[in-house]
Amino acid sequence: MDLETQQIHPNKDKMENNKNIALSVKDLKTYFYTNNRCNKAVNGVSFDIEKGKTLCVVGESGCGKSVTASTIMQLLPTLSRIEDGEIIFYKDEEKINIEKLERNGKEMREIRGSDIAMIFQDPMTALNPVYTVGFQIAENLQYHTTMNKKEIREKTISLLDDMGIPLPEQRVDEYPHSYSGGMRQRAMIAMAMACNPKILIADEPTTALDVTIQAQIFELMDNLKKNYNTAIMLITHDMGVVAELADNVAVMYMGNIVESGTADDVLRRPTHPYTKALLDSVPVLGRGRNQDIKPIKGSTPDAYDRPVGCQFAPRCNWADESCKIMPEITNISTSHEVRCHKYKEIFQY
Amino acid sequence: MNNNEDIVLKLKNLKVHFPVKAGVFKRTVAHVKAVDGVDIDIYRGEVLGLAGESGCGKTTLGKAILRLVEPTGGQVSYNATDNEITELTSLTKKEMDPFRKKLQIVFQDPHSSLNPAFTIFGSLEEPLKKYGVSKRSERRKIIGDLLEAVNMHREYMDRYPHEFSGGQRQRIGIARALCIDPEIIVCDEAVSALDVSIQAQVLQLLMKLRKERNLTYLFITHDLSVTEYLCDRIAVMYLGRIVELCKAEDLYKNTLHPYSEALISAIPVADLDKKTKRIILEGDVPSPVNPPSGCPFHPRCPKAQDICKTKVPELKKYSTDGNEHYASCHLINQPEIS
Repeated sequence: MDLETQQIHPNKDKMENNKNIALSVKDLKTYFYTNNRCNKAVNGVSFDIEKGKTLCVVGESGCGKSVTASTIMQLLPTLSRIEDGEIIFYKDEEKINIEKLERNGKEMREIRGSDIAMIFQDPMTALNPVYTVGFQIAENLQYHTTMNKKEIREKTISLLDDMGIPLPEQRVDEYPHSYSGGMRQRAMIAMAMACNPKILIADEPTTALDVTIQAQIFELMDNLKKNYNTAIMLITHDMGVVAELADNVAVMYMGNIVESGTADDVLRRPTHPYTKALLDSVPVLGRGRNQDIKPIKGSTPDAYDRPVGCQFAPRCNWADESCKIMPEITNISTSHEVRCHKYKEIFQY
Repeated sequence: MNNNEDIVLKLKNLKVHFPVKAGVFKRTVAHVKAVDGVDIDIYRGEVLGLAGESGCGKTTLGKAILRLVEPTGGQVSYNATDNEITELTSLTKKEMDPFRKKLQIVFQDPHSSLNPAFTIFGSLEEPLKKYGVSKRSERRKIIGDLLEAVNMHREYMDRYPHEFSGGQRQRIGIARALCIDPEIIVCDEAVSALDVSIQAQVLQLLMKLRKERNLTYLFITHDLSVTEYLCDRIAVMYLGRIVELCKAEDLYKNTLHPYSEALISAIPVADLDKKTKRIILEGDVPSPVNPPSGCPFHPRCPKAQDICKTKVPELKKYSTDGNEHYASCHLINQPEIS
């Protein structure tokens, strides 16, 4: 593998010609303003989501992965602002700049739920307890399609059936409290898939669920990707999930993507110290008791009191004086990018 | 190691049934069989993992051992180092006190298990006061040493819980469990709420403390990769019963019960070379109020036969690689050992 160091501009023009891209985020910055302080939650993030592929965004809590997702959906709280950057949604031949749309304007509402849909982490709180599940799914169809009442009801039932919910004709009129956790999450996916979105954003969809239910949900998402060519952005903190589902991976730390590439690139040849440390810190099933797990020293810094330069430097074993300056993105291969000064040493290590 | 003297805690047919009440007079209409007849021997100095999905009764079992939940049937007997066996379940609250010193618990959520109005010293000195360390200066010394043992600064004892991160709080929780020198610690999902990088720190700390203090852990978790790394033996629970109990490596190499098999296959593994076929279980865990007839796992079991629908399988003893291996399934093709 060649290791040429080619510094490239974050705005990659070559990618724009690629027809397979469903959504492209360029140098996105989302800041939060509270108590006269500014939290740079997302601080210059660029990535593409391809059609029929899964992009996994990995990171620990507080690294900005959920904020990135809500920024794309324009679901940010009022105290926050998109400071800079572009979110381009490729709708058929059209190019839509999402960041320029009004938060709750007509255009944004048309995209949200029909073209780009989202599944939230906690199905217990994301569903409204005072409406039936069927009503909440139908709402989406009512707004975005021209179907009549009867068709909507049939579609809702068939959606629930597709998600493997038993007795959908009966279940459609039940309230969320009579669903179990796994069924609620499946109802959420049914809701998200109602209008066959081009992009599905899943924010830790299985964190609150048991592993056997998680396996069911992953099977479902895999089928959606195959059958509808949906582009999926999956946010997770579990490297196991990444190994299982991802085509492409982006590793985030303190508001930056520190490493990105195909699943093969990132998992087999981790080049950023943080990715390496993350992979080394979890016990892997089947390796027995003699595996060596290495905790990452220290803890994630306070978002209001960030380290200078590379954000990972204080916890990194390779860090030295040069890390006082924020490293640029470097291309290792056509698909593999890393944000680190020391990547050559780590690569050989 | 498997002779009787080494058993520190013996659970015999332990049951915890919660009544379900309904109607104007709050009559008991049914029972939630959270723990339904569990037999386990815990050996001195071992780490016993207790794995299972949410709602299978693993937390209730942990609490029943400490009598934080009153067991409705069965026995828990504690075997002291001088071979004096005490049945904990028959003691009164007052008589239980000296044994609380031997059994401690670390809770799942480090954010809610520390009192926010107390300093760390305030929280940690309570058990010491109760168990006879009357001098404040002595208590301060003990707590300072403990905080150092869990890799924290001595000075932190005068701070409040909100000043600490999740990982630090969990370490304080561990220090609190340690402060009266217990023999057995029940870790109830002690690392589940933590980020992966912090989780590894806490796991290593638990291993270190075990070596230094010769502790016995009952490690309750839903994460089988953690149990494999940490535990000597693993018990898998389903709907209030133990379905498989064996050496940690045997659970992965020589799985006997179809539920354990499905559970292991469902875990995403961070290793691209190890892609195995997921076994997808249909449906959810049934309600423990009204468990299925026969084997409680049969409605979801891919291998279920007619016998599974009618007859409850017993936990039988088998042998894999020369180790004891218990499993409860009708369909195991191995000779049973008596």
